[in-house]
Amino acid sequence: MTDRPMLDLSDLPTSGFGPRSPTWWGTLSFCALEGMGFALAAGAYLYLASVNQTWPLGAAPPTLWPGIVITVLMLLSLVPNHWVKQAALKQDLVAVRILLVIMSIFGAFILVIRGFEFGALNISWDSNAYGSIVWFILGLHTTHLATDLGDTLVLTALMFTRHGRELRRFSDVEDNAFYWYFVVFSWLPLYLLLDWVP
Amino acid sequence: MRALSLAVLILLPLCSGCSGRQSALDAAGSEAARIESLFWTFTITVSAVWILVMTGLALAMRRRHEAAEPLPEPLAPDRRVEHRATITINALVIATGVILLALMVASFLAGRSGPSLAREHSLELELTGRQWWWDIRYADKDPARVVTTANEIHLPVGRAVELKLASSDVIHSFWVPNIAGKLDLVPGRQNVLFIKPERVGTYRGQCAEFCGLQHAHMALLVVVEPEQQFEAWYAAELGSAAEPGTPEAKRGKELFSKAACVMCHQIRGSTAGARLGPDLTHVGRRATIAAGTLPMTAVDLDSWIADPQAVKPGVSMPKVDLSPEDRRSIVAYLGSLK
Amino acid sequence: MMSITADTRDTGLDDARLHRVLAWTWRTERGLIGALSSVDHKVIGRRYMITALMFLFLGGLAAVAMRLQLARPDSRLIGPDLYNQLFTVHGTNMMFLFAVPVMEAFGAYFVPLMVGTRNIAFPRLNAFSYWIYLSGGLFLWVSFALNIGPDVGWFAYVPLSGPEFGIGKRPDVWAQMITYTEVSALAVAVEIVVTVFKQRAPGMTLSRIPLFVWAMLVTSFVIIFAMPAVMVASTMLILDRLVGTQFFNPAEGGDALLWQHMFWFFGHPEVYIIFLPATGMVSMIVETFARRPMHGYIAVVLSLIAIGFLAFGLWVHHMFAAGIPELGASFFTAASMLIAVPSGVQVFCWIGTLWTGRPVMRVPLLFVLGFFFIFVAGGLTGVMVSSVPLDYQLHDTYFVVAHFHYVLIGGSVFPLIGTIYYWFPKITGRMLSERLGQWHFWLAFLGFNGAFFPMHVLGLLGMPRRVYTYPAGLGWDGINLFVSLSATVLAVSFLLLAVNIVLSLRRGASAGDNPWDAPTLEWATSSPPPPYNFARIPVVRSRDPLWSEARLSREVVQGLRVAVREVVITTLNEARPDLREPSPQPSIWPLLAAIAVGATFLASIFTPWAIVWGSLPVAITLIGWFWPKRVPEDEG
Ligand code: HEA
Ligand code: HEA
Ligand code: HEC
Ligand code: CUA
Ligand SMILES: [Cu+2]
Repeated sequence: MTDRPMLDLSDLPTSGFGPRSPTWWGTLSFCALEGMGFALAAGAYLYLASVNQTWPLGAAPPTLWPGIVITVLMLLSLVPNHWVKQAALKQDLVAVRILLVIMSIFGAFILVIRGFEFGALNISWDSNAYGSIVWFILGLHTTHLATDLGDTLVLTALMFTRHGRELRRFSDVEDNAFYWYFVVFSWLPLYLLLDWVP
Repeated sequence: MRALSLAVLILLPLCSGCSGRQSALDAAGSEAARIESLFWTFTITVSAVWILVMTGLALAMRRRHEAAEPLPEPLAPDRRVEHRATITINALVIATGVILLALMVASFLAGRSGPSLAREHSLELELTGRQWWWDIRYADKDPARVVTTANEIHLPVGRAVELKLASSDVIHSFWVPNIAGKLDLVPGRQNVLFIKPERVGTYRGQCAEFCGLQHAHMALLVVVEPEQQFEAWYAAELGSAAEPGTPEAKRGKELFSKAACVMCHQIRGSTAGARLGPDLTHVGRRATIAAGTLPMTAVDLDSWIADPQAVKPGVSMPKVDLSPEDRRSIVAYLGSLK
Repeated sequence: MMSITADTRDTGLDDARLHRVLAWTWRTERGLIGALSSVDHKVIGRRYMITALMFLFLGGLAAVAMRLQLARPDSRLIGPDLYNQLFTVHGTNMMFLFAVPVMEAFGAYFVPLMVGTRNIAFPRLNAFSYWIYLSGGLFLWVSFALNIGPDVGWFAYVPLSGPEFGIGKRPDVWAQMITYTEVSALAVAVEIVVTVFKQRAPGMTLSRIPLFVWAMLVTSFVIIFAMPAVMVASTMLILDRLVGTQFFNPAEGGDALLWQHMFWFFGHPEVYIIFLPATGMVSMIVETFARRPMHGYIAVVLSLIAIGFLAFGLWVHHMFAAGIPELGASFFTAASMLIAVPSGVQVFCWIGTLWTGRPVMRVPLLFVLGFFFIFVAGGLTGVMVSSVPLDYQLHDTYFVVAHFHYVLIGGSVFPLIGTIYYWFPKITGRMLSERLGQWHFWLAFLGFNGAFFPMHVLGLLGMPRRVYTYPAGLGWDGINLFVSLSATVLAVSFLLLAVNIVLSLRRGASAGDNPWDAPTLEWATSSPPPPYNFARIPVVRSRDPLWSEARLSREVVQGLRVAVREVVITTLNEARPDLREPSPQPSIWPLLAAIAVGATFLASIFTPWAIVWGSLPVAITLIGWFWPKRVPEDEG
């Protein structure tokens, strides 16, 4: 059997953005499965609310300010997040560096306020099933927040090294921005559930 | 075809034993009877489907090569043959849909007679699953007519009964196949099962949901009897424990109330009033010991009390140190609790 | 002769030179560190297979032990404490450590070959997933050896597995083992999705994807949407046990059935995760040995997708007897029966293909015929138990045990074994013995039916499952003895497989590239395949490239770099070449990361702080993993 070359790929680029890149699909898959995790946790919340006569089982409703602050911050962060994505697409290294630093600050700030949000639930995880599920949901989202922050910090550091110049790094930046969208948008329904349902 | 006859060969001797004290195919209650006929509807239908599919497969294989070497050239599908195959498959899929629809309807209809029993029932039982025995209460508006017993249910033939199922520890499942299908006893919930025994006899049931170490030894008996016999049994159960007649049994009674036994068991009419273990007021009338683990004989009662952990490893009843004579007295006493 | 630089292309390189350079570029280093650093999907896939088969044997031994105990009534051979661990470990092992991973093993090995690429997507993740899987498996079996094996059944119902009734660390072992195996399964699922979406050979449009690959793709999606449920559930269970949350405690507003819903929302799709890849295997074997392309390719693909969707609407059929309102339950009856339609479509298409083909009787096909016999019966008993009233009688009895061994062993293990006979030549370069294979088949077939058919009768005669013993005189004694004897025959048949493998590795007939004259791309390369899979990436023009394309010359692409690991990325639908992406180098970091993650999981059953302390080494190893080392090709 002989091989008959009939297509020459030497001119193809070695990296692409968005759906052209396998990494983007990988990120999307992970968002899908993590989103499923959120959906199931929310389902568990609604299920527990439905099997109990009273809800939230006599607990005080959550204090609202940390949730409001976090939600506003998250929505605000969408703006630099959008910029960083654009900068990555344009391969503008200076802008990417600055914006990644801004995004890291946003992430760190949100994480700190998240600490207050646990207190603002006004119930301990071991008091009753309501306490357990709200801590669980908030904890689940916090792990995503923390992972994304870690990821952003590493990426920021990376962009300040010589690796920052590679095309693929810009693709990574774009994926990181994409993941942040997921973290923010998955928060909104959870926020409504936690702070406004009880 | 060889395979088919083989299946039949295996099947035949097995089915000779389909009747029995714990069989879903020997119905003695209205619910079990309904399910049994549904079972045969399903079994005959799916067997026919299976035979048809296997016949199709056998026919498909009739043009086979035995171990051709080298393998023949691949065929290019023929348009007309493909077309015919597609039509056949479409027809089979439609047939599948129709059969399934019929089975669905049959299943749905068979599931529908619960409500009528709910209307007609005249007896109410509360069953509580415990690791690993059954706590039984015959409920009544009049507290003086409430019967408490364990591991053995007596029911009048032909009357609908409501069973309220609950659990005080883990999930168990109430299942007496001759009478009805099973229903779980779930902690924190109450499930209700309606049954209607229709044939006199003693039927064995067994906890069907895995519930820990001694799930295998969590059986119960359902004794279905004519109305009068049942009333007599009920009246006797209502009464306090019989006073021991023999000196031996008298001594047993004393020992029982001095030993650890009173910390867990109730014998109405005596000082023993704890509810951690089964009510023993009329234990001597029951057919088995420890949820079907042993038959109720003096010897077995003796070995039970001597070392419950050896008989039913992991059971919640501890080994209580008693001399053989003391044990004999207690056995005599418990045996006299008719 | 020109020298090779990082930018040298394969264009115009002569074959011998091309092979040499590619072999060097894609090599797995020699030595222990080299082996532990490998990211070759074939090396990892092979490890996965061997490990999964080892777990099949261990789980089978546990089954043999159970059957010894159940052979006689009132037997005192094995006490309740050990027996409960045995069936829990057997079921958990078979589902999580054997059946799912073995399918992913074949997927990881063969999907890249069948779609014509040089490595799986995210190969380091693939290596990581194997190590996590291995540690999860060892964790379960070492715990069992130390007498802290889980003893609460493979679905670990609360409250039996909860803080109040679960003994010692046993349920924690179960719950955490779940986490290991889910992490690894999810990782492989993502790899397979991306490999199939983005790395297909140019020209392999969606409607030219081999059916096994379709099956793995749908399975991967089912994994992605089902497995999070059990991760969430088992995390809640551990939290209840470890830090006093109240998810399942009815006294504090929790609910025992919440567990069942969460578990079966995963648990039912799980059985199709095991079954769908097997249907892909059946399609593949039927096609090759019927000597014709699949009849009804589109219908089969649509059935796969339909089963994948419907799988999420059936979970309550495992809970009928828990006290589900009757009307709601009937909905799940209907959904369960509906799934028989796509299953039927597949069965009819296979039979149609055999009917219109010229079937050649070889061992792989023999096992597929056994599959038909057994699986159709098991599927039909599935239809029986999906009827609410019937299930009231059959639930939690040996009838259900019979149902699921019919579908698991008949539906999955038989096709799997057929596939082992089919692909062994590709993996090792040698044929398995046809004669031993025939013996293996007949012993397995008779042993299987002898062991599991009578269990239907046992269930109808009232024998519940998960009992460590039973009294004499209920009509179960003789049947159980017969079952146990037949199970031994079944076990011996597996022994024959082991013998066949060992003998054939030494002196099996040499296979050549394509011993079965099969149509798919994995046969377009040598057996075993070289580290780079294909010297030149093929161009695909039809569903059965090796049958319908010119049989003397093969169309390929050129212009790829040879001294750098490079794979062709194509577009999702049409598979038009789009990018030449670098593929990662070997790395030891996935192993280190797996050790860090594994140790964290392990420690977390003792203290929740482990998650906090563990996150540091996990973060370090992950940074090591993803940090680029050399410009330009070395990428995570
Ligand atoms: C490979 C795994 C596999 C597969 C494929 C299936 C397939 C099916 N299963 Fe099974 N099942 C299990 C593995 C599997 N199952 C396991 C492991 C358990 C037990 C878990 C536990 O409790 O431990 C279980 C338990 C289980 C239950 C719960 C029983 C109980 O606990 O009480 C139910 C109830 O509905 C059920 C139904 C079905 C149905 C309707 C199908 C259908 O998909 C079958 C469809 C196929 C066919 C019907 C055959 C082919 C079709 C034709 C030839 C067309 C003609 C057909 C007709 C006209 C009807 N299964
Ligand atoms: C793919 C999954 C799979 C597979 C392949 C098997 C294979 C087998 N299973 Fe399994 N089984 C399950 C999945 C599976 N099982 C599940 C999910 C449960 C439910 C668990 C639960 O309730 O929680 C279960 C439960 C279960 C029970 C019910 C236990 C109970 O409820 O008390 C029984 C009882 O007979 C049983 C038997 C067997 C036997 C005999 C085999 C045989 O096929 C095994 C064949 C043997 C081998 C593969 C071993 C290899 C051979 C050797 C090493 C030879 C040397 C030995 C000798 C010759 C003696 N299984
Ligand atoms: C710590 C509690 C406890 C103590 C003390 C105890 N028992 Fe029990 N007993 C139980 C429990 C629980 C059962 C049910 C066991 C089972 O079937 O799983 C039981 C069962 C029995 C039964 C069988 C009842 C039946 O319905 O089948 C008898 C008889 C019995 N006990 C007698 C005694 C005697 C006599 C003593 C004292 C020597 C005693 N028990 C001490 C808890 C106790
Ligand atoms: Cu109670 Cu099983
Ligand atoms: Cu199911």
